[in-house]
Amino acid sequence: MRRCTNPIAFLFRRTETALAAVIIVVSAVFSLASPYFLTLSNATDLIEANSVTTILAAGVFVVLVSGGIDISFAAVASVTQYVAALMATRYDWPVLPTVGLACALGVTLGIINALLTYYLRVVSIIVTIATSSIYYATLIYVTGGTEIYNLPDWWTNRIIFFQTKTASGDVARITLPMLIMVAVVLMTHLLMTRTRAGRQIYAFGGNPEAASRIGIKILPLQMHVYGYLGFLAGLAGFVQAHRVHQAVPTAMFGTELNVVAVAILGGASLVGGVGSMGGVILGVLLLAILQNGLNLLGVSYFFGVVVGLTILISISVTGYAEQRISLRRRPETS
Amino acid sequence: MTDEAPLTIMCSRRALHASLDRLVAALRASGSNLVGLLLLLGGLTVFFAMLLPGTFLRVATLQAMMFQLPELGLLSLAMAIPLISGGLNLAIIATANQAALLMAWILTTQMPHEASGGLLALWIATALAAGFLLCFAIGILSGVMVAVMGVHPILVTLGTQTLVGGISIWLTHGRTLSGFPEPLLRVSNETFFGIPISFIVLAAVAVVVQVLLTRTPLGIRIHMIGSNLEATRFAGVDTRRVQIWVYVLSSLLCWLAAIIMMARFNSAGANIAQSYLLITILAAILGGIDPYGGFGRIDGLVLSLAILQMISSGFNLLGFSEHLTLALWGVTLLAVMSVKRLAATIQVSRFRSSRDQRKHHA
Repeated sequence: MRRCTNPIAFLFRRTETALAAVIIVVSAVFSLASPYFLTLSNATDLIEANSVTTILAAGVFVVLVSGGIDISFAAVASVTQYVAALMATRYDWPVLPTVGLACALGVTLGIINALLTYYLRVVSIIVTIATSSIYYATLIYVTGGTEIYNLPDWWTNRIIFFQTKTASGDVARITLPMLIMVAVVLMTHLLMTRTRAGRQIYAFGGNPEAASRIGIKILPLQMHVYGYLGFLAGLAGFVQAHRVHQAVPTAMFGTELNVVAVAILGGASLVGGVGSMGGVILGVLLLAILQNGLNLLGVSYFFGVVVGLTILISISVTGYAEQRISLRRRPETS
Repeated sequence: MTDEAPLTIMCSRRALHASLDRLVAALRASGSNLVGLLLLLGGLTVFFAMLLPGTFLRVATLQAMMFQLPELGLLSLAMAIPLISGGLNLAIIATANQAALLMAWILTTQMPHEASGGLLALWIATALAAGFLLCFAIGILSGVMVAVMGVHPILVTLGTQTLVGGISIWLTHGRTLSGFPEPLLRVSNETFFGIPISFIVLAAVAVVVQVLLTRTPLGIRIHMIGSNLEATRFAGVDTRRVQIWVYVLSSLLCWLAAIIMMARFNSAGANIAQSYLLITILAAILGGIDPYGGFGRIDGLVLSLAILQMISSGFNLLGFSEHLTLALWGVTLLAVMSVKRLAATIQVSRFRSSRDQRKHHA
């Protein structure tokens, strides 16, 4: 597509490379400023703390590639988490049915989004604003906003797969949320790069008209995309309750735009058709490192400013690069 | 007398029919959307009046609705202009909050407490001017990023929202400022012939925005870039300037919303009214503003605001929780979109069948 003679210039035009470079610079600054930053235990804590965001970002990434935006996932995660918690506490459901129920409910709510988007022919952001209000408000209304604290042990017990003491005496662990996160990331990557559905999602996001003319069925594709995000939202709700040991209906509300921002920062485009799982992970990582570093330095109040500047700078850099490319592509008219 | 009566009734009935037809035709011409919204509003009025006999159709209820509507109304107008231009402004709440914080800071910490009369007026004017300039600057920032960098407005305003909100949190550490001078609070507490002053502000602003969007070159151009940015550019319009104006106007409406919010809550903070952000989009879309840009009318938006407020007040009087109201707002939006979709399908099939008949005759 883009002809480029210089391989280094080509490398730097990719969002992923630029992000990785920024992450290295930021990490270097933080590790000079705080000795605790570049330790194994801080790294594992950071990854575990961002496991829920990563799981959700993976789903949002798929929706963004398909050319849509879904902001109802936080509401879906809250609903599935609460219903699963109710089943587990009131009716003593064991692990597998509970997780299965959470994911199935997530898929159902996601498919409702897909059906509405398809049949109403309205942009998905509008549909999901409406469904998000409905899901969330119904949950709060029915539950009255009460938390569920007495989750069963199998849900809240910390599952540690590997543990080691670092030289400084801190503990680094590999826990269940991290493994689930890795599995989700791998699954999403394979879905998007190695399966027919993934190629179709890229094709549809890149040019819906062309995609439907070569015979891609839009409705099943959208059901797949929004259902997948719903599935991951169910999983994320489960992991979130596992981490904080309770099911709070309001816990994830208001995080929608942050997750979308992270996915976009990682190179997924609102127009659809582009982006990679690796880029999204780098986007999550950059914001996670910024938050963690500012916390360690005791200036966490800067976080919003730093994130805002990061988003504005990164979009203006990519916007500027795209403009130069499109100018170069334009035929000489004079 | 006795045999004249049926005739007059017939005449008046015919006249009534004719005038009703004309009314319906006029309403159709101004967009079938408005008719639907009016019907919905009328239906809701009847519904709540029957459920709440004696309490719903009262001046006090109407006045309460007028007190509650202005801040959401002004913020929805701030969202409507970018939507018509084919964009979106996610930074409206953050902008309004920061403007309110700046004005609150001037009025609570900079202004001497004993200020009164002309000095007080001067201080309030200074605070308002500072808020105005701040909103203008935020609007310029968003507008320039959208227009010059050519980046999608959702992205740009997501960035400005985070940045502006971040600055507010950084400067206030999450605290709220409160205790404003009496004249400012009057904006939201006093009435003029029974109508809240804040509601008069909203009505006046809505009229101004409507005139601006439909009767001025800038307004027409905003519609044009919403329809087709490239075509407008090739038509010789400086689309960048129009886009910058869109976000400046949107931010300035946030400034007005900030004043009303300050007066109503008697406090300013970084995290006030966050839940309004998505509701303003909901109101605008419900009012018939095309999410793809290019089409939309302020009178539709005003009707949709009235509908949302009526649902909220009615449910409040019925003793339901505000959360159920939010759910019902979402349902209303989906229902209105479904009806529109259905109407469009029927229209297309009717057009097809009439075309086929004509072909058949020929």
